Amino acid sequence: MALLVQYTLIFASVLVLVALGGCFSEHSGVINIGLEGIMVMGALGGALMLNFLPPETSAFMVVVLTVLAAVALGAVYSLLLAVAAVSFKADQTIVGTAMNLLGTAAATVFVKAMNTSINPNNVSSTIQYIAAKKAFLVKLGGFEFNWFMLLAAIALACSYVLLYKTRFGLRLMACGEHPSAADSVGINVYKMRYAGVLISGILGGLGGIVYITAGVSEWKFENGVAGFGFLSLAVMIFGQWRPSRIALAALLFGLFRALSNVYTGFDFLMALNLPSSVYNMLPYIISLVVLAFTSGKSRAPKAEGIPYDKGQR
Amino acid sequence: MEKTKTRNSLLRNAGVQSLLASLLCILIGLLVGYLVLLAINPAGAGKAIATIVRNFFYYPSPSAQMKYLGSTLVKTSPLLLCSLSVLFAYKVGLFNIGAAGQYVVGAGASLYCALALDMPWYLCLLAAVAAGALLGALSGVLKAYCNVNEVISCIMLNWISLYMVNTLLTNVKEYSSPYTLTLASTNPGALIPSLGLGSLFNNNQYVTIAIPLAVLVTVVIWVLLEKTKLGYELKATGFNKDAAQYCGMREKQNIILTMAIAGGLAGMAASLLYLTGFEQWSCTQSAVPAMGFNGIAAAFLGGLNPIGTIFSSYFIQHITSGGAYVDKTMYSSQISDFISALIIYLCGFVLFFKYALNNRLDRRAEREARAAQAAANQEGGER
Repeated sequence: MALLVQYTLIFASVLVLVALGGCFSEHSGVINIGLEGIMVMGALGGALMLNFLPPETSAFMVVVLTVLAAVALGAVYSLLLAVAAVSFKADQTIVGTAMNLLGTAAATVFVKAMNTSINPNNVSSTIQYIAAKKAFLVKLGGFEFNWFMLLAAIALACSYVLLYKTRFGLRLMACGEHPSAADSVGINVYKMRYAGVLISGILGGLGGIVYITAGVSEWKFENGVAGFGFLSLAVMIFGQWRPSRIALAALLFGLFRALSNVYTGFDFLMALNLPSSVYNMLPYIISLVVLAFTSGKSRAPKAEGIPYDKGQR
Repeated sequence: MEKTKTRNSLLRNAGVQSLLASLLCILIGLLVGYLVLLAINPAGAGKAIATIVRNFFYYPSPSAQMKYLGSTLVKTSPLLLCSLSVLFAYKVGLFNIGAAGQYVVGAGASLYCALALDMPWYLCLLAAVAAGALLGALSGVLKAYCNVNEVISCIMLNWISLYMVNTLLTNVKEYSSPYTLTLASTNPGALIPSLGLGSLFNNNQYVTIAIPLAVLVTVVIWVLLEKTKLGYELKATGFNKDAAQYCGMREKQNIILTMAIAGGLAGMAASLLYLTGFEQWSCTQSAVPAMGFNGIAAAFLGGLNPIGTIFSSYFIQHITSGGAYVDKTMYSSQISDFISALIIYLCGFVLFFKYALNNRLDRRAEREARAAQAAANQEGGER
């Protein structure tokens, strides 16, 4: 049971982080389909840091440096979306899709090149971080507390305050609802949208490293992040673009994702004798069903997906 | 004067602009790919990028080249149909990223019908079309009646279909490997007939009528989109859903129909590959096959024109196949995926490219007009 709670919380942390990222981007008016690619990049940055830090580094420094690496790479990568969607008014769906494919391909090419340069016979796209990963974990009886859970909670609180209680957040949301109105009172829509996308890059990158350290100690980058970026988008939609509801949605989805890791520990689930692929499918099926029932009265930012052109009033 | 005018009007032609933009995307994509190779290992970069671009010319003898040209074509036909699937939906304002999942269920349906139910190839093909269409229609229904963004629902369905097909095809897999049984040994009647096409490609047994079939479907889709009332209605729905509804078009049905057709195309794509026996399905694969995603690249690179996609699909498959030949001690074959992803990214800028080009042409035309006006005025003054 403790295991189920532990996995639920860690997967919920990933979903909260990435969904909040999507939330910032969409509130500024840019649809971020590329979260999946951003997660891969963040994961790559974090995994490299974990892999190359000398073993005697203190646990605190490991956590800080890994987070920084993931956040930095995620943010830089999200610039690809910001430049294309905000400055060049490109189609956000195409660019986002391209970023997802590019993220996985680039990470695979990079990791394979790195692995073969260290050992010519190693052509895998896997990075291992078994020992370094321990820095994130604190044993509390049967429950393994992960510092990332705390980080996700902090990010959640900060996002709430930033969006609803600060001048920046309110301006950001204005740019997603009615950019020309925002522009008319002197808000720089382009800058705000850049900020929104960059924040989504930061949170998406962080979510990426949390995801690949949740439950496993190595990652095969050929697989990307297995649709988790899109699950997060579903969480965001289910959460109606509001941080508090996103948190609840993430817990629900996290629970179903966790089941596929730990269902063997429950006698009544084993008694059902379902193939493991059913549990693998579960989060995706649930999200489809949930979306079907909740998308009708969508509170999506009104101007999302539409490039803002100052000349067109 | 006369000369600049013809050049201008040529540059203003939408088709020429699309072609230019696509060539530019390819060029930049390859250039960045080359730079990445250089960064990984400068020693073999030039050779590697040449290998990717040359693909089957890697083999010295013309007969081997012919054979591997055949193999590239075998994989081009499913890619062509996947890109048509993306293109068709895009024309109606829908982004069918689910082509990948529809491709997966197409593969599942055709292989299951072939291996477990012993059906002939044309029935397997129809089963694949039906399965893909059904999955596409599901996304369409969710979009039309529940307002679920088709991109999200498609992605979810991609993963659901992958796990479902893996489970389904485990029933017909080889005992000691994760791969499905070969068609040749289990049910040769399910192999798409070659009708002598294989002998043109140095007896490449995988070259079948699937290739001309794919081209035929392309033409049909072009006719459907450009020359029929249905195509007009669908495109009108894509431009403005509300206006289409106001004009008496049934926009909800049109969305579902579009996704069903797009899904059917992607489903058929899979059958055109798996029913040639070129590949076996691996029942343990943990990632959705890239074919559907490459279809997105091909659709946009082809300027969203069915005939253009024939060439762009071939190009994407050409470099993807070429990637398999790079020196594995230095680079990985995923460099091709990297280049095609980059090309999709660049395709996002095509609209901006056309806008900038037209703007330039407008300004130049204006300047010339003003000069002509000034000259005329001067002439008038002298008189």
